[in-house]
Amino acid sequence: MRWFGRFLNLFRKQRIDEDWAEEMASHLAEAEERGRSVDEARQAFGNALQHRERSRDIRLLGWLDALASDAVFGWRQLRKRPAVSVAAILSLALAIGATTAAFQLIHAVLLRTMPVADPQSLYYVASTYIDREGKADYRDEFDYPTFVSYREAAADRAELLVAGMTARQEAVLTPGAEPERVYRQFVSGNLFGVFGLQPALGRLIGPNDDLKPGGHPVAVVSHEFWMRRFGGDAEVVGRTFRMAGTMWEVIGVGPKGFVGSEPGAMTDVFVPAVMNVEALNSPGWSWFRLWVRPKPGVSAEQARLIMQAVFRRRHEEGLKNFAADTPKAVVDRYMAEELVMLPAQSGVSDVQRQYRRPLWILSMLVGLVLLIACTNTGNLLTAQAAARTREMALRVSIGAGRWRLVQLVMVESLLLAGLATALGTLFAAWSAPVVVAMLQVPQNPVRLPLGADWEDWGFSVALTFFVAILFGLAPALRASGVKPMSALRGGAESHSRRRTMHVLLAMQMAFCVLVQFIAGLFVSTFDRLSNRPLGFTVERLLVADVQARKAEPRQSWEQVVDHLRGTPGVQGVAMASWPPLSGNRWTLTVRVPGIAPEARAPYALGVTPSYFDTMRIEMLGGRDFHATDVPPRLDEAKRPLPGKVIVNDAFAQIYFHGENPVGRVIAVRLSKDQASDAEIVGYVRNATYSDIREPMRPMVYLPMEDRGHVSFFVRMAGEPAGAMQLLRRTVGDVRSDLRVVQVQEQSAFVRWQVLRERLLATLSLFFAIVALALAGIGLYGVLNYAVTRQTKEIGIRTALGARPLVVMREVASGPLAMVALGLAIGLGGGVACGRMVESMLYEVKATDPSAVLGPVVVLVLVAVAAALPPALRAARIDPVDSLRAE
Amino acid sequence: MKTDTLNGSLDLLVLKILSRRGALHGYAIMLAIEEVSGEMLRVEEGSLYPALHRLEQEGLLKAKWIVKENGRRARSYELTALGRKHFAAEEARWSTVTDAVRRVLKLA
Repeated sequence: MRWFGRFLNLFRKQRIDEDWAEEMASHLAEAEERGRSVDEARQAFGNALQHRERSRDIRLLGWLDALASDAVFGWRQLRKRPAVSVAAILSLALAIGATTAAFQLIHAVLLRTMPVADPQSLYYVASTYIDREGKADYRDEFDYPTFVSYREAAADRAELLVAGMTARQEAVLTPGAEPERVYRQFVSGNLFGVFGLQPALGRLIGPNDDLKPGGHPVAVVSHEFWMRRFGGDAEVVGRTFRMAGTMWEVIGVGPKGFVGSEPGAMTDVFVPAVMNVEALNSPGWSWFRLWVRPKPGVSAEQARLIMQAVFRRRHEEGLKNFAADTPKAVVDRYMAEELVMLPAQSGVSDVQRQYRRPLWILSMLVGLVLLIACTNTGNLLTAQAAARTREMALRVSIGAGRWRLVQLVMVESLLLAGLATALGTLFAAWSAPVVVAMLQVPQNPVRLPLGADWEDWGFSVALTFFVAILFGLAPALRASGVKPMSALRGGAESHSRRRTMHVLLAMQMAFCVLVQFIAGLFVSTFDRLSNRPLGFTVERLLVADVQARKAEPRQSWEQVVDHLRGTPGVQGVAMASWPPLSGNRWTLTVRVPGIAPEARAPYALGVTPSYFDTMRIEMLGGRDFHATDVPPRLDEAKRPLPGKVIVNDAFAQIYFHGENPVGRVIAVRLSKDQASDAEIVGYVRNATYSDIREPMRPMVYLPMEDRGHVSFFVRMAGEPAGAMQLLRRTVGDVRSDLRVVQVQEQSAFVRWQVLRERLLATLSLFFAIVALALAGIGLYGVLNYAVTRQTKEIGIRTALGARPLVVMREVASGPLAMVALGLAIGLGGGVACGRMVESMLYEVKATDPSAVLGPVVVLVLVAVAAALPPALRAARIDPVDSLRAE
Repeated sequence: MKTDTLNGSLDLLVLKILSRRGALHGYAIMLAIEEVSGEMLRVEEGSLYPALHRLEQEGLLKAKWIVKENGRRARSYELTALGRKHFAAEEARWSTVTDAVRRVLKLA
């Protein structure tokens, strides 16, 4: 309060001064009354000015007063040179905006602590495994029977929670209305309790709502959904709605700010886990993450060991189902798997997993751009300070303290940074959602609450100060170190100033090269991946995802195919179990007589005749499937029956040394002890399977079996986009009981495969351009400044007969040497950083000559372009004019 | 004597005087100081005012403008409750210190 009082005094400055004057007058008057002379009284009083200053300092919070006047002065300085100020503010704003946006994203996706009780003691369970490429990975999705077995084992030592994957559902929220999209999450009955959450309205799902499978059609809506969809209506409790064929009753509204356990997704409706009836008794149907909160006194490791024991036992049982001739490597890999517990205080989601690295890499790039912008502004201010040396010297000689000068310059820097942050925050508010939109796949959009927390504001404020110190401190200290005598005499330009500018220039170039380098790696990764030969043609190819009520034989699906073939504009139609590059995988254990079993089983896909034709996958030998071909299978009595298969080139390479495999017979394992013979009837070129990054693997195509869910491939003669509706209608016309879940272009699957690479490439390219522009401006500024400072010297030299080229070299050589130095440092740093980003790259290495060459060429070009105008200006200096100007 | 100790003693003196005599204006406080301490603590008269203003800012004194008998305005200071408490504590502290110093001097 007292501080506040002094602060208020700031605005009462004049009154305080008047008060002082009157009090002093009163004192002197009384002295006179008591018989002293005027002079005597004044002398006894002492230095009135000094006393008044002291008194005023006490009352006015001296530094604040000074600060205010510095701010006013700084503002005037900024306005005095609008071009420089605007350039500095804009470049800083861009960098600060990008940094702020990056922080908001990282904060929202990776760092924000869940609004639950004691988040530090929350964990989620994952099982490690070695993937097909030999890399360590983990699975964090579980099935219900496994959960039950862990829960029984952990009983009184840990709380185990089911946190379902947030999934999109259609729901009819008001009777008779159109279905709406809602995001639903299954949760175990103890989840809200363990999270320590309180309902905003009604009640939350409790242990009693999670007992009888299918017996608790109750739902809790999230606070956010309640406000958005129901306008905060209290009547929502007790309402019923239809979702996934069930009528649900809303029993309550969740607490404000809680939108589920998956950053990147926001749950609208929470329902009890036991309502996922079919999944409860299905081992291997993984549909939730398993969260753990050890009970008080139980450590995380103790809780883990309890579950690990169960995990181990189940694994040993599983091993009994392995065929006797399973390669040892497969068994070892399987038995090396173990259970781990990972911290879950910031939630767990696929978005986190997929974008953790890209986000950190991008934030590093953003940081570099910020540094470049800061060095740029630092250089501008240093040059500016040169022009203000006289002013500073004057201030020092009339008694301003050094510290006071530092404050003066720092306040000005802070003003710059503050304005830039204000602008940058606007930029961030616009750009962060744009980046979020780049993360998403249409079926599953990423939904993030952005930039709402005090942490986000705190970051912006801290960033402002950080940036101001970064670019302002060096010029500030320089200003305070001014030597009045030499400066006022108009003395020579200090060498240390030029040195400062050169060091900053070299740093800037190094940062810039680093950004170019990394951006180059990501852009060529994206380029190579998106231009990778797929083995089939994606143009004008539509994929319809069709669902029947139950599994149907291929013949009944073929009716639809026949009908589609007759549709105008259709060139070819075929079916498969799922589209390539959709992420689905199926591996088949095969044995080829005379060849040792491979540790890595070939991929498999069920297809119908004319699949290869429709996809434009070239037949290398043999024939396509006939309508009568069947896959190797077991009959009703579980006896193996032979069938036909088609294999790809990679299969022939590995199992038949590249010879034509048509006519050969391989054994396809159908259960632990049973295998069927399969005759290879055809041989096709390689095509990508599940992941676009994967090399071409051996693959077996089988005639498609009875299925309830099929993908139709339709090759159109013309533009496919308009045909989507037609396709939907046609399927509905033939069989009204079939549901077309989705129609997409096959190219969309390719796009989604490279989403992450596209994000990295686009943003890093953007940052590279910004960095380049800033570095160019920086170099131009330094050179231009050098020419201006040396005009007289250059004039004399020219008068003495120096040729223009020599003059140009003299002026530019220093800064250009710094550019070269920065280039070298930046490249070194780039190659070192290349390691860090290696896992994000595809067929590109940090040590590739092309990766190194690109940034060098680009930077040299920019350096030349930036250096040329000032150098030419130096060469054209007229000796007479330059000498007359002084 | 060092200035800060002197300042401390000036503060104490002001507080002491005001605690004895109630509200006084600047010149009267100065006269009282002269009376009590003779020449020893004689400083520039003007330096009294920053001290008064500081004590006021710290909430130990409160000030108001009064009109003296001769019609002139003067600023009159008196102790606040906080000032009274502060003074009591300071007085106790000073007497302990001076006692200790006296004992040391005797011993030597």
